[in-house]
Amino acid sequence: MAGLYSGRKRRNIVWTGLAYAATVLGLTMLMIILATLIWNGFGGLSLDVFTKNTAPPGVVGGLLNSIVGSIITTVIGLAIGAPLGILAGTYLAEYGRNTRLAVVVRFINDILLSAPSIVIGLFIYELLVVPVGHFSALAGGVALAVLGAPIMVRTTEDMLNLVPNTLREAASALGMPRSLVIRHVAYRAVRSGIITGVLLAIARMTGETAPLIFTALGNSLFSLDPRGPMSSLPLIIYEFARSPYAEQQKLAWTGALILTFAVLALSISARALSASSKQS
Amino acid sequence: MTATAIQTPSGTHASAMDRARALGRLKFSDSGFRLMTMASALIVLILLLGVAIALFFGAWPAFHEFGINFFFSDAWSPPKEQFGAATAIYGTLVTSLIAMLIAVPVGLGIAVFLTELCWLPLRRPIGIAIELLAGIPSIIYGIWGVYYFRPVMQSYIQPFLINTLGNLPGIGFLFAGPPFGYGVLTAGLVLALMILPFITAVSRDVFDTVPTVLKEAAYGVGATTFEVVGNIVIPYTRVGVIGGVMLALGRALGETMAVTFVIGNATKIQTSILAQGTTISAMIANQFADADPGLFTSSLLALGFILFVITFLVLAVARWMLSRLELKA
Repeated sequence: MAGLYSGRKRRNIVWTGLAYAATVLGLTMLMIILATLIWNGFGGLSLDVFTKNTAPPGVVGGLLNSIVGSIITTVIGLAIGAPLGILAGTYLAEYGRNTRLAVVVRFINDILLSAPSIVIGLFIYELLVVPVGHFSALAGGVALAVLGAPIMVRTTEDMLNLVPNTLREAASALGMPRSLVIRHVAYRAVRSGIITGVLLAIARMTGETAPLIFTALGNSLFSLDPRGPMSSLPLIIYEFARSPYAEQQKLAWTGALILTFAVLALSISARALSASSKQS
Repeated sequence: MTATAIQTPSGTHASAMDRARALGRLKFSDSGFRLMTMASALIVLILLLGVAIALFFGAWPAFHEFGINFFFSDAWSPPKEQFGAATAIYGTLVTSLIAMLIAVPVGLGIAVFLTELCWLPLRRPIGIAIELLAGIPSIIYGIWGVYYFRPVMQSYIQPFLINTLGNLPGIGFLFAGPPFGYGVLTAGLVLALMILPFITAVSRDVFDTVPTVLKEAAYGVGATTFEVVGNIVIPYTRVGVIGGVMLALGRALGETMAVTFVIGNATKIQTSILAQGTTISAMIANQFADADPGLFTSSLLALGFILFVITFLVLAVARWMLSRLELKA
């Protein structure tokens, strides 16, 4: 009897010990990544990084054109992806519900949500780069929109499902047509939830590299023209990290630090926003 | 603008004409909005079909030229215009397998820690930290892998593996060859690190669906933590855990940047997992810029199509399993 119990106890200690070990191992490795990132990136931070364009080796350069490029491609992605994602999410939650179309779209959207970004990049390459004949920031933005929209579809639908039906019924009873009920009552009730989804989508779009390789391509010059190739932070990290020159490698680390901070700041504010809306 | 349209008919000067016009406008905007949302939902649907169709058309010259052999040939020679997908498919499967072998037990371990063992006030902060880590761009893992992890692999881990496991009969060939640092194993390990927060976050959410009464009942009759996890939590959430693991697998299969940096990009199948290799996504990312239009580009698009089909199947199964858990919860 005592032997049986001590055996069970021992097994429990071994397995829970392994769970502790897994946590220590996993968290340590992830902390090491963040630490090396800060360690290597911080030293390179200077005013030049934000005021000078990327330069050939030997010349003091910065990341201005790639930061601006990142912002422009993400804004294009957002301008296309956000209306698409929010409206599609609205259809799923408000009009579609359990119709066959909604069920299929929901399933497809879940797959798009984790589809390999490089495949999306190839698709946009076939769709927007080959017919036009040259790479463009616009194509990059569309690729990012395809990656970001599913996130907004999902969060918009989830959020709208939280709106109590009595609220909709009350508005409808006043004679409001369905679209006004959605726009003026349902959207307003879950506005912060929808914005959370948008922020998460921006975070995802900002960090993507693979789809931009064959769409926005990258550009060593400062460019604001969305019809031409454009640089972006992930692309320049990809290029400089493989460069043999120390100063370019250093810039790659600095870029990586800026990118990570931007993405983390976006996800943290998204989280804070959704937490504060849940309390109210 | 439509909000004012509701109010005007209530005014004293409103004639029947105004009222009808306002109502008409409302009806128009109402059905217009409905159509817009429906069109957006259809666009989402069309996007996925579009990806499949566009890639297939782009890949058609390669499929047509090489036929079924494209899948089984390990040739990859741009000058001779000979292309085959075997090397890339092999690398994709092996790196993902290594990543899953490590990340699944560790990720599940962390999830068990978070749901059963962790001190309550620490539970939320650690959980949030893990969710945040899941959002770090993959290129960060790539740059870390090539500057920090690769040297460690080259000077410590790979020589150790060669001297120990490399001498074992039977599996020794897996750990043969000089330590380059770059290679399939390095890529698999970086990949494991990348999907780890993802597996943890999904399985923690899944573990949280277990009704507390079930666990309390088990603890009440004297079960240990290990027994509660093994006999209550895992059986209850099995479908969801498998779904979450498949979701992570879908991610690992398609991951590009973290892998491209450290796999070494050799276009030949080697039996040793310490040797350099390539994956579908690394191959595309690496060679697309240099590819001439024609058979070379088409072969890369064909690789993309294969990757799309593989991940589509994996993700579809994952979603199906996760939705079964949702039905139960």
